[in-house]
Amino acid sequence: MRGLLRSRLFWAAVLVLAVAAVLPLGVSGYVLGLLTLAYYFGVFAMAWDLLFGFAGEVNFGPTFLVGLGAYGAGILNSETGLPIPVCVLFGAALAVAGGLLLAVPALRLSGPYFGLTTLVAVLLLQQMVTVFAKYSGGEIGLTIPDVLSISDITNYYIALGFMAISGLVLFGLSRSALGLILQACGQDPVEAQALGFNVAKHKLAAFCVSALFSGLAGAMLVFYLGTASPGTVIDIAVGVQVIIAAVLGGRRTILGAAVGAAVLIVAGEVLRPLGQLSTFIVSAVALLAILLMPSGLLGVLMRQRS
Amino acid sequence: MKALLQVSGLVKRFGGLVAVGGMAFDIAPGEILGLIGPNGSGKSTVMKLIMGIERPDAGSVRIGGVDVAGWPSHRVARQGVGLVFQHSRPLHRQTVLENIKLALLPDALLRLFADSDVEERARAIARRVGLGAVLDRRPGTLPFADLRRLELAKAIGRDPKVVLVDEPFAGLTSGEVGAFSDLIAGFRAEGRAVLLVDHNVKGVAALVDRVLAMYLGEPIAEGTAEQVMRDPQVRRVYLGGAIETASRPALAAKSGPPLLAVEGVDVLYGKAQALEGVSLRVREGEFVSVVGLNGAGKTTLFNAISGLVPYAGRIAWEGQPLAGRSAAAIARGGIVQCPESRELFGAMSVRENLDLGGSHLTKGERARLLGWMFELFPILKSRQAQHAATLSGGEQQMLAIARALMMQPRLLILDEPTLGLAPVILEQLSRALETLRTTTPITVLLGEQNVTFALPHADRVYVLEHARIVWEGDPVRFAQEAGAAYL
Ligand SMILES: Nc1ncnc2c1ncn2[C@@H]1O[C@H](COP(=O)(O)OP(=O)(O)OP(=O)(O)O)[C@@H](O)[C@H]1O
Ligand SMILES: [Mg+2]
Repeated sequence: MRGLLRSRLFWAAVLVLAVAAVLPLGVSGYVLGLLTLAYYFGVFAMAWDLLFGFAGEVNFGPTFLVGLGAYGAGILNSETGLPIPVCVLFGAALAVAGGLLLAVPALRLSGPYFGLTTLVAVLLLQQMVTVFAKYSGGEIGLTIPDVLSISDITNYYIALGFMAISGLVLFGLSRSALGLILQACGQDPVEAQALGFNVAKHKLAAFCVSALFSGLAGAMLVFYLGTASPGTVIDIAVGVQVIIAAVLGGRRTILGAAVGAAVLIVAGEVLRPLGQLSTFIVSAVALLAILLMPSGLLGVLMRQRS
Repeated sequence: MKALLQVSGLVKRFGGLVAVGGMAFDIAPGEILGLIGPNGSGKSTVMKLIMGIERPDAGSVRIGGVDVAGWPSHRVARQGVGLVFQHSRPLHRQTVLENIKLALLPDALLRLFADSDVEERARAIARRVGLGAVLDRRPGTLPFADLRRLELAKAIGRDPKVVLVDEPFAGLTSGEVGAFSDLIAGFRAEGRAVLLVDHNVKGVAALVDRVLAMYLGEPIAEGTAEQVMRDPQVRRVYLGGAIETASRPALAAKSGPPLLAVEGVDVLYGKAQALEGVSLRVREGEFVSVVGLNGAGKTTLFNAISGLVPYAGRIAWEGQPLAGRSAAAIARGGIVQCPESRELFGAMSVRENLDLGGSHLTKGERARLLGWMFELFPILKSRQAQHAATLSGGEQQMLAIARALMMQPRLLILDEPTLGLAPVILEQLSRALETLRTTTPITVLLGEQNVTFALPHADRVYVLEHARIVWEGDPVRFAQEAGAAYL
């Protein structure tokens, strides 16, 4: 805990959050809506960074976990009308269960094979949504009866609070004793084993935590948007965006992933008038940024100050 | 006293190769057993089998009576076994202190915050092994000996009853070997059972209670160090003869610029000065040794010549400055470095690594060189299809040297080529260098702290100390004037 309080990054994050908290006083509902989306996205990216940056496993299918959370919560709500918190928890639990089902066999594989399995899982989930269109709404999407709130400002604060708590937990975890063990498992599993650490157990735990936050965020996002569709929560392209956000913001920093997500979402919106071209520009700039500063935005910032 | 570690009938096969074929030995608490044998005889494999990194095909490994053969290594570790790997494998993104702390953490998911004494214990261990001054550095910036210290520190951190130490002395100077010996003797005093592997025969003999020699996966001799070293088979397959000084004809002094001229070169790593005003010259056909303790700057000097680190000052090759040329261009120009870190293509076979080295040669020429390499290092011939990463430490070193020779360099830079080689191979390598000298126009720049290897071949010697050249002269004068710290 003391380590956390001594970390400069932590205090910088507190400052940024404080600014974000007073934003609703000065900006339009449109901007708030955009940022709300960015905050959920930030949680996807942070959860992904825990798995890749620390446990060293590339999950090419973050949207498998996000999608399970989103559709789990959405379908439960539309079928049973259970209250939102119950549905959100159910979605998160489904993401963890699905994640476990995938990770237990997949983590036995080494190197790129784990990544490939996660990619295939996304395609599978997308197929399932189409096949069970009766419950899921298929390609068109699922309309969800309940919403978190109709007020932009309330929605904004919910998302901000959720991101802050997720960030605190994930960042704290990454800086804890467990984070150190996880890094060891990722960097040199043979050595970690010889030091007495059960590598499979620790990687699986990291995967569960990553799944939990991805699922929670997916479920909350659905209740913010009021709909769930493959194009917003499952599509491979969404997953790629999550990955770009994390890498752009700075691998192995957790908080950088949230920064990357905000930059990516806001940039996409600013350039929207350019139509198709905007996606191209954002992707090209992100690619350049990754090539020129592989340690990411946050990585560069931290190096300059130290 | 009852043995802490009991190994019997241990067998490990890799495909058709029997790496370990029926090893058996006991080690009592407070006893050090030395395990010696030529490169590739299976010593590291025995350690990996005990540790559970490889699964034995047969046999038992008892730790305090419990058979742990075939257990995953994290369970073996918790049963009280620690391994100091032959190659240092620190976490590069963490500091020295964090690396040591890691070894002190329990394998628990729910203990998020380390016990408050972990930090203090980690610092104490660091002081014990001599890392107290570099706690906040990252491993990548540490000199070689400190990396080895870090490995020992991690082993101490787990408080193992049985300690397996793989080549702790490799690449260390005699002073450092002394310090490490004291640390390992400390394990004995604490009642741990120690299995020690090393090619530094003198260092091993001085430390151990008993020696076991192995060859081709099987035990060939056991007893006191003296008895084993006298064994005729051990002498033949492992120790070999002494390295001889060849009488060298004086080089005809050629006029014109030297082949390589290094003038006033400075290299900074952050704030640390790795080289300071270093100047040296190498003439065509010369054999020049740069002698220096670990951390003196030898590798940095070679990396500067090869264009791998930025420097201030001037480095000229045949009179032309090398500054601004890429590392690849420098290598094509004929300067080939065989780095300390070996840099093999681990996923490629031995043969592919060699062919890559000789890719610019004609077919006939390549075959001729390859034949010579196999004559030099016969074991490589039988391992042509094996992945380089799975070779034993010494076999990798042989492959690295062979690959460099396949490139037919005009200037061959050998950085610590003796690292991890058995005495008998050193003798072979020594003869090979002599053949090279007399039959080809090759020029050699050798970096070593092992002067018994560096001196016999050298025409001239430079001594590098704390980033500076402090002495220059011929090998005979070296012993009288500068050798005290190295001999
Ligand atoms: N995974 C593997 N696949 C194939 N062969 C292997 C593998 N691992 C080791 N070997 C071979 O087994 C033999 C024993 O290797 P080991 O590393 O135990 O030797 P060593 O006695 O420690 O040698 P050195 O003194 O050079 O370190 C070597 O010839 C090596 O090439
Ligand atoms: Mg070995």
